[in-house]
Formats: sequence, C-alpha cells, structure tokens
Amino acid sequence: MNPKEYKYTQEHEWICPESGNKGKMGFTDYAQTQLGDIVFLDLPAPGTKVEQFKKLGEVESVKAVSDIFAPASGQVLEVNQTVIDEPKLVNEDPYGAGWLVKIEMSDSSELGNLMNSDEYDKFVAGLSEEGSE
Amino acid sequence: MSHHYLLPDISQPGKIGCSLPQLDVSPAELPPQELLRQELELPEVSEVELVRYFTALSKLNYGVDTGFYPLGSCTMKYNPKWHEDMAKLPGFASIHPYQPEESVQGSLQLMFELQEYLAELTGMNTTSLAPIAGAHGEFAGLLIVKAYHRDRGDKARKKILLTDSSHGTNPASVVMCGFDIGVVASDSEGNVDMKSLDSMMNEEVAALTLTMPTTLGLFDPQIADISQLVHERGGLLGADGANLNAFLGHVKFGELGYDYVQLNLHKTFSTPHGGGGPGSGPVCVTENLVDFLPSPLAAKDNGKYTFTSPAKSIGRIGNFYGNFSVMVKAYAYIRSLGAEGLKAVSEDAVLNANYLKEKLKAYYYLPYDRTCMHEVVFSGKWQKAKGVHTLDIAKRLLDYGLHPPTVYFPLIVDEALMTEPTETEGKQTLDAYIDAMKEIAREADENPEILHTAPHNTPVRRLDEVRAARNPDLRWEMNSQRRKE
Amino acid sequence: MEVMSKMPSPYLPNTDADRSAMLREIGVSSIDELFQDIPERFRHTHFNLPQPLSELEIKKELSKLASRNASLDNYTCFLGAGSYRHFIPSTVDHITGRSELYTAYTPYQAEVSQGTLQTVYEYQSLVCQLTGMEVSNAGMYDGSTAAAEAAILACMITKRGKVAVLNTVTPTYCEVIDTYVGGRNLSVETVELNSNHLSSDCACLIVQQPNFFGYFEEVKAYVQKAHDIGALLIAIVDPISLGLFKPPGDYGADIAVAEGQPLGIPTSFGGPYLGIFTCRKEYLRQMPGRIIGKTVDVDGKPGYVMTLVTREQYIRRERALSNICTSEALMALAAAVYLATLGKRGLKQVAELCYHKAHYAADAIGKLKGYSLAFQQPFFKEFVIRCPMAPSQINEALLKNSIIGGLDISHMIDNAMLLCVTEVNTKQDIDRLVEILGTL
Repeated sequence: MNPKEYKYTQEHEWICPESGNKGKMGFTDYAQTQLGDIVFLDLPAPGTKVEQFKKLGEVESVKAVSDIFAPASGQVLEVNQTVIDEPKLVNEDPYGAGWLVKIEMSDSSELGNLMNSDEYDKFVAGLSEEGSE
Repeated sequence: MSHHYLLPDISQPGKIGCSLPQLDVSPAELPPQELLRQELELPEVSEVELVRYFTALSKLNYGVDTGFYPLGSCTMKYNPKWHEDMAKLPGFASIHPYQPEESVQGSLQLMFELQEYLAELTGMNTTSLAPIAGAHGEFAGLLIVKAYHRDRGDKARKKILLTDSSHGTNPASVVMCGFDIGVVASDSEGNVDMKSLDSMMNEEVAALTLTMPTTLGLFDPQIADISQLVHERGGLLGADGANLNAFLGHVKFGELGYDYVQLNLHKTFSTPHGGGGPGSGPVCVTENLVDFLPSPLAAKDNGKYTFTSPAKSIGRIGNFYGNFSVMVKAYAYIRSLGAEGLKAVSEDAVLNANYLKEKLKAYYYLPYDRTCMHEVVFSGKWQKAKGVHTLDIAKRLLDYGLHPPTVYFPLIVDEALMTEPTETEGKQTLDAYIDAMKEIAREADENPEILHTAPHNTPVRRLDEVRAARNPDLRWEMNSQRRKE
Repeated sequence: MEVMSKMPSPYLPNTDADRSAMLREIGVSSIDELFQDIPERFRHTHFNLPQPLSELEIKKELSKLASRNASLDNYTCFLGAGSYRHFIPSTVDHITGRSELYTAYTPYQAEVSQGTLQTVYEYQSLVCQLTGMEVSNAGMYDGSTAAAEAAILACMITKRGKVAVLNTVTPTYCEVIDTYVGGRNLSVETVELNSNHLSSDCACLIVQQPNFFGYFEEVKAYVQKAHDIGALLIAIVDPISLGLFKPPGDYGADIAVAEGQPLGIPTSFGGPYLGIFTCRKEYLRQMPGRIIGKTVDVDGKPGYVMTLVTREQYIRRERALSNICTSEALMALAAAVYLATLGKRGLKQVAELCYHKAHYAADAIGKLKGYSLAFQQPFFKEFVIRCPMAPSQINEALLKNSIIGGLDISHMIDNAMLLCVTEVNTKQDIDRLVEILGTL
C-alpha cells in the first residue's frame, strides 16, 4: 500500500513532507522488489546540497547498482544510520524504518512535480503490464 | 566433500612445509629495532598436511579437465598438456628479464615470431605482446587511439562508440582512457543498427569498438559498410578479439577493415585459464598505428633479436614484457597446428555451436534464429513464464555434472544463456549436454521445485551471496593472542 | 554429403562421421555453409604460417630455442631490480599443476569452484597477515599496475587529481603509473621530500620500501606528510622483506601493493607475475579487482563466493574503478602455497638469509679497491655499488664466468650497479663474485 500522504517520483522514490519545509525520503515497495536484497547504500552526508531528480546516491543489491534520485531540491539534514548498518530494513519496511535521508527543501512547490499515491499506483500498474523488469 | 577448515585450523607452532639451508656466512648486525617487525603471524603446517589440504580443495573444483565447460566468449577449450612442459623448461622459466640480450636470444626470437604469427592471423601489421590480459589489451588499444588522434592534432575526438551487447570490460576501458561513451543500438537481427551508427558517428568520435563476431555469436555482414562509415568520418575501428575462435584461420580482421584488435591467448590460443589468469592480451595494429604501440617490442636486427621502443609509444603498461610463459604456450599451439590446423579449429567450433542451436531451439527460446558462429545465445524466456529462471537452469546443470553456459550476458537478451562449446568437444559430449538441457526443460514443466532448489549434488549448495555482501568476511586473522600454544 | 576430410587431431574429438551427422541435423551440406554470413571475399584468405609439426618434433624445436637462453639454473645470479631468484619449494608447482585448479576459469558457479574460491580466501588472508593490512583483493597483473591502480583509487577517494611519487621508486613503475594516471587525464609529480611538504592537491604519496636502490626510506615521516594534507600513503613493498621488516600496516600505509613474484613464482622472463593489492577496510567498496568472501550455503555449510561484485566491470561497466577481469589467479595460488609452505618460521629464515648474505657481499665488495657502497642507509637484499669502470664491462667479464651481474644503473649514478643477493646465493657464489670483481 503506497501511503496516501506521500509523493512519488518516476524513479520510485517517495517523499513524506513534514513541517517546516522538511521531508523524509525513501524507496517505494515496487523499487525494493525490483532491487532485490539490498546489500549496501551510499548516501550523502548531512549538509550535502541535492537537486530534484538528480542523483544523490547509490543502492546496491548483490548483482546490480542503481542510482538514487532526489525527490526534491534542498540540503540533506539527516541520514538514517540504522539503514546503513542494516540495509535489509529497506526491503522489510520501505515506508517506515527503511527511510533513507531527511531533506530540508529549498522550494516546496517542487512537490507539484511529483505524483500522488493514486497516480503512482497507476504508473506502476502500467509498468507491470508492459512486462518490463 | 567440502573442507570446513582453513590453514589456521591445521597450524601448530614448530611445523614447517619445507627445509631451508643454514646461514653460511657470518651474520651482519641487524638494523635498528624500529625498522624490524614485531611479530610475523603465518600458519605453520607440515608439507604432508598442506599437500593434503590443497589436494582436497582441488577436488572440489570443476575445470575443463573435469568436463564440458561452455562459458560463452571465454573459449574454454582443452589445454594441451605438453605446452605446460615447454613453459617449464628452465631455459624459459628460469631467465631474468634483465639478463643481457645475448643471453636470452631464444626468448626474444619466440616473442618476435609470435608477434609475426599473430599479425598474420589477424591481417595486421605489428603485434605488441605487452598486455597482460584482454582488458589490458583493450586499455592499450584505446590509449593508441588517443595517441593517434592527438598526433594528428585532432582534439575534438573525445568519444568512443560501443554496442549495446559489449562486454563490461569495454566501457570500463573507455573510461580508464578518459573518453566518453556512446552506445550504438543493435537491430532485430542482432547486427549493428546502421541508422543508429550513422547518427552517432561524427567528428567527436575517436573510434568504434565492435566485437566480431558479436557477443551474440553472430557475424555482422555489414562490416564493410561499418568500416567505411567510421573511416570516412575520421574514426578508427577496433575489435575486441575475444571471439576469434569463430573464424580463426578463415578471416583476417585487417581485411574486414579493422585498425586494431586485442586478442586473448588464454581463450583462442589454448593457454589455461588458471582459475582467473594468467592470461595474455596482445594487441595487433595496422601500419598507421605501429608507432604508438606499448613499449617494448621484440625486433630483429641483423639476425640478432632485441627489444625496441616504438617512436611515439603510449609508454609502458606493465613492468616487463607481458606474460612470457603464456606466450610460450600460444607459440607452441600455433607451431603445432599451422594454418590448416587453426582453420580446422574454427570449423569444428562453429559446427558444434550450430549443432547445439539446432538441437535445443525447440526447448529454449532462440532470440536470433539464424546461423550462429562459435557460440549461441539462448534465452530462458519460456521457462521464466513457468517461474523458472536461467539461474535455476544453470544450477540444475551442475547436478548433471556439467558446467553451465554464461548466464545473464549479453544484457540485451533476457535470461541469457550464452553457450560456447568450442572445437575440443565431440558429438558425444554435446549430445550429453543436449540430453541434460532437454531433461531440465521437462523438469521446468513438471517439477520446477527441483530447479529452484538446485544444485543438490555439488560440494556446497546455493550460497548466501546477500550475507557475503552485507557482512563481508574476506579473511581469517591470526594474532599472537589467538594462537594455540 | 560433403565433409572436408581432416587430419585427425588430438584436440578435435569429432570424427568425420560425427561431422556428417551434425551437418545433417543442422540441414546444411558442408561446414563452409555455416560461414555464409561472412561475405565471400573475406573468406578463404591465405595465411602464411610455418608448416605444423608433431608434438615430438615441435618439442625438439622449442627445447632448442630454450637452450639458446642462459638459464639461471646454470648461472649464478646477482640481478634483481623487480624480478628475483628465490627458492621455490616443490609444493608450489605440484599444487598449481593440478588441472582441476588450472583449467578452471572465473568462479561464476561457486558450487563447483570451491577449490578456486577457498584458495583465494587463503591467499587474501595470508597476504593481509604478511602486510599487516586489513583487506586484500584476489590479485592484479603485477606490482607496477597494482601501484598504478592504487594511485587511481586514491584520486577517487580524495577527489583530487594529482599523484605524487617519491623519486626513489623503481623507474619502470613510475612509467606504468604515468600511463595509467595519464590515461584518465590526471597528473603525476615526482617528488623529493627532505624538508619539503607535499602540495595540498595531491591525492597520494607513493613510496617504495625498500626503494629501488635497495635501502629503507624514513617511511614514517612520509606517512605523516601525506596525512597532514589529507592524502593517502601508498607503499610498494618487497614481500620477502616482510619476513623480517616492519610491514606497511604497522607504519600507517593506507594502501600497500607489492610484486608477488618472489613468493613462489619463477622469473620467467618477466611474466606472469602477481600484483598484490591491500588497503584499509574503509576503502573496501572501491577497491579494484576480484574479492572472495566467506558465507554459508542453504544447508548452513561454510562456502566461498565472489563478493562485492558491484565494484567490478561486468556489473558497473563504465562506472567501474578498473576494467580488470582476468588477473593472475594461478600465481596468487602459487603465492598462497609458498606462504603456507614456508610459514611463520620459514619466511623469517628466508628473509634473514637474504639479509645476511647481502650484507656479507656488500661488506666484501666495499673493501675492494675502486669499489664502494653508494648508500649508507640500512638495506635488505639489494644494494648499489660504485665501480672502478663501466658496469657493462664488468657484466661482460662476469658473464664469461657464468655469473649474471647486477643491473647497470650508470645512467642514474656514475658507474653504479644494483646488486641483489638472495638465499639462493651461496657463500662460494659470493666469494667468487668478489674475487672476480677484485681482478677487474
């Protein structure tokens, strides 16, 4: 179930807006299924500036590397150390304990560029139909 | 059965695996304490125990001498045993690379002649034997391209074109040489999409690297047009020659229009794979690139053999001259087969691959149903629809005592099974492989569970790679606190 | 059904009957038809190669070629400079000669490659024990390319583009480092650092210990200089020296590389050798080369696999740190067997033999009229002597006496020669060398 209050990117990241222009981000359930067992996360340090839809890090499964894209522009406030120590949390609880970084957004209107949960559900359903992996 | 112990487990203080001579000169004063080592902690094992240990480990391993090993693009052909004896001759094994040239004329002659044979086989002008592996040869080839354009004063050529079916070493090598990458698409036949090439080939492109035959095991009949297009627009055409076994003794890369090609002696030229090397990756070039070859080159001057350095060499890519012992084996191979023998190699290689293709295409999806060369790429697509993946098929083959083909490469084929039998297999072996693959296809229908849980009969079963990556355990440790007294 | 009649070959198991049967199944009438994708004008080209010879005949030819070389079995050798004549215990060849090990390839199917995988795990462990470093890969091409790859790794880690190399590093290593670093459009600077500091745009400082001239550098000071500016210290070491001398892990090296040839690998005219590559654990995920890890299988049995493969070219492709695929696995096995055979006691003994014999030789030569030692610093098994005449003349005279003299480095230091003495040289060998030098 994709949480209703989250926003989604085409690269299967979510952002959960919090008060004060902050937002927590992570991978969707679809993403973690596609990635398989995650073994390593390369996340940016607090203070790093990020730009919407640009690469901010990498995620590794046993046999693949994928880029992680920022759902919004701003500055990294906090990195989820638990998930760095235990990457499997991303597979087990992608919307909760498996969050990746907290961002201070520089322009919250950018959230308008993202999909809401209904739109994202439709988007994922379309991908599955195409049969692409 | 699997060996659950390691060297520290069989180590005991006071043991040693060999005898050493006593000091026969008066000892000198040792240097200051701060230069010296406090503790050296290595295992102590008798020769008996360590030979048993390594012998037991060897029995857990599957090599070409064990059975069929159809790894695509690796050319796992049989390694003639007498080559090993030749490489071990003291005159070849116990010579120092810096000995005076007059004391190593035999080696220099061997290298010089091998350079000539490889140039002749590829239709090129000159060979460098310096690259130590295929990827090293690719690196050298691209540095030559870079030097060539720089020498012409052309600074615009910052890109190398590859195809979407290229081996991972190809893009990695491009980046090592400071180039950008462009990827040319393949068409539905598995050939280069000429429209894609046409749109990408311009004055920013230094070269196109095109494996021939491709990693799909297919010969691209457009090669003359490709060569013309690339050259007309000022680029060079290079080959990853890993698949030379397909037309060895039949076709020359030079005649196809290539400017440079890197070879793999441990593939095409029968030298052993060693569990991951040593290999050798000579690079052969046309006349206009000779000056840029890596240093040094074996040369003949007034009947004497010597090393020279090409006038505008890209420099040294390894400390010495390349993997000489590997060269000895490749030299022996070429001398014992001759032109006719080498031709017979590619004939049986291509025959064997096409036989597998015909016999298995009813059981496994064949994305390109056309004559293949030395390897055939199947897809596990039909089995995937039943929930059985190529990985499961590969693991099940192990239960039949066979090594699987290369899996999941090339990337443009879904669930790929890249199968290269080589010419050193006979029909009986191929039929056994075919029977096993048919059986597995049937199991995918009737009993997929046995595939999901395969292998069952190997020294270990499926290994937890996730655990290995999440919690890397890359070595044991021995320190004085943990030693048994 | 036309089948080209072939000479039976020991390496072509197919008979003509097999070929006919297969052609029938394929539905073509000749093998030539299978080459139809190749335009006619490119096929049937002539190859100018010598006539083939039978095994019996070609063995004779090759033996003749080999006998045109002066094998170190028949000559006394005092030549080192990157390739060394050390004792190779018989265990090494017998184990590397087991064809289950040497005819295998990359262990993609771990279940049937535990021999390869576990021996590499042993190699990685032994090398870490030897160097005092935290992690090792499965080996690279040779010491020089390992040093070059280490320089690139340092640039990636520090995000800087300049590599500093101490001026006492082996010149040919410097050339290889230049090629690799220049390939990526980064820069190399040769430095002499007596009182100077390293410039702050350097990613690393590369130091060889002992250096090209055989003597030990004040490596602790160099570690400090590098770390002061946030650069990595890369040490190039002699693995046999580590039987006696302080390993790079103890003096703070961040990456330590070595030429592994002294560990059970013959001099073989320069190759195949072995690039030892070790580093701090924190660089693990960027370290180039193959790495083997221990894990368990579905039954809980211990087993070994290639791991952290996302670093490698077949996954990361253009984002891989290195393009290395095939390396020197069989040579790494040789090194592992060598270290296991000699063990704690044996390696120390070999190092001591080298040290004392080299010092005995240096001492005796230094006392000869016209000869002197070029350096006063502590050394291991190699040292530089200044000669009363051109080293080339000396080596000519030595060769006539079945002795291979040291490396002529007169282009670096006037009339100087780099000599090497190992455990293989006897007192008689050394005395004879000294005697002959004394007459020149």
